[in-house]
Amino acid sequence: MISVSINGAPQTFDAAPSVSELIQQMQLTGKRIAIERNGEIVPRSLFAEQRLADGDKLEIVVAVGGG
Amino acid sequence: MSNDTLTIAGKAYSSRLLVGTGKYKDFAQTRAAINASGADIVTVAIRRTNIGQNSGEASLLDFLPPSEFTYLPNTAGCYSADDAVRTLRLARELLDDHRLVKLEVLGDPQSLYPNVVETLAAAKTLVKEGFEVMVYTSDDPIIAQQLEDIGCAAIMPLASLIGSGMGILNPWNLQLILERVKVPVIVDAGVGTASDAAIAMELGCQGVLMNTAIAAAQDPVLMASAMKKAVEAGREAYLAGRMPRKFYSATPSSPTSGMIGR
Repeated sequence: MISVSINGAPQTFDAAPSVSELIQQMQLTGKRIAIERNGEIVPRSLFAEQRLADGDKLEIVVAVGGG
Repeated sequence: MSNDTLTIAGKAYSSRLLVGTGKYKDFAQTRAAINASGADIVTVAIRRTNIGQNSGEASLLDFLPPSEFTYLPNTAGCYSADDAVRTLRLARELLDDHRLVKLEVLGDPQSLYPNVVETLAAAKTLVKEGFEVMVYTSDDPIIAQQLEDIGCAAIMPLASLIGSGMGILNPWNLQLILERVKVPVIVDAGVGTASDAAIAMELGCQGVLMNTAIAAAQDPVLMASAMKKAVEAGREAYLAGRMPRKFYSATPSSPTSGMIGR
């Protein structure tokens, strides 16, 4: 089991998912999002191959209204 | 006037009014107001996605397609250079290697006044990484000059505090900035009503960026239209060159000869 932080909230997984699998589980497939993992951008092209690891800190963002 | 364009980082824009997309009642009102404003460039914020949100829910991008507008992702809410840089790296990834950004690093949540030390640090990093940085700053002409020297694409001094609607509090400082800075100077923050926008443009600013003045008006769509006209009127007045002020004597507008009874 691994424990990660997603947007500041702790989450646990029985098996480490890839970033793509995580996006699917979070029902974010097809949404325009960007992901930072431990302070580094995860390019969309690497979503399938990057696998989460215990202790990861993820930020998943979208564009919203703002000034 | 049709060829009087605003050029930022080598790209020409027909509108000198830049608008935010926050604080509207809903996306439909956002879209209607932005249409009325005629703006080409619209700011957006970057925020954490709501975990477990309805995946079918509409998003801002559905109402304001990036194909129709130039997005200007901002760093609103960032209080350190590091957070601002991280936010804009995410924005660049989110918007397919989009480079044009609005940097703002704030000093405290009460005044939302810019922290210029952190702003300068963030600007250096972002310019080095290839971003085209439009930078929100104080109306300090020395800092404005330093931000230009770093390589920022536009300098965006406040007219008054963000969301205050207090108008142009220090036109003299804006003028000092305009005299020094060669990249576009765009008043960002503090505009309350149409005359404020016109004054900014009459001073010689290249554009005005606003959000609350439109979104918090009783009728945002009508105010957006007013702001469009104010920015255009102020720009034309600037280009036309105002008459000189005569402090202690009047000059009649009508002929002084041919009066009856003389």
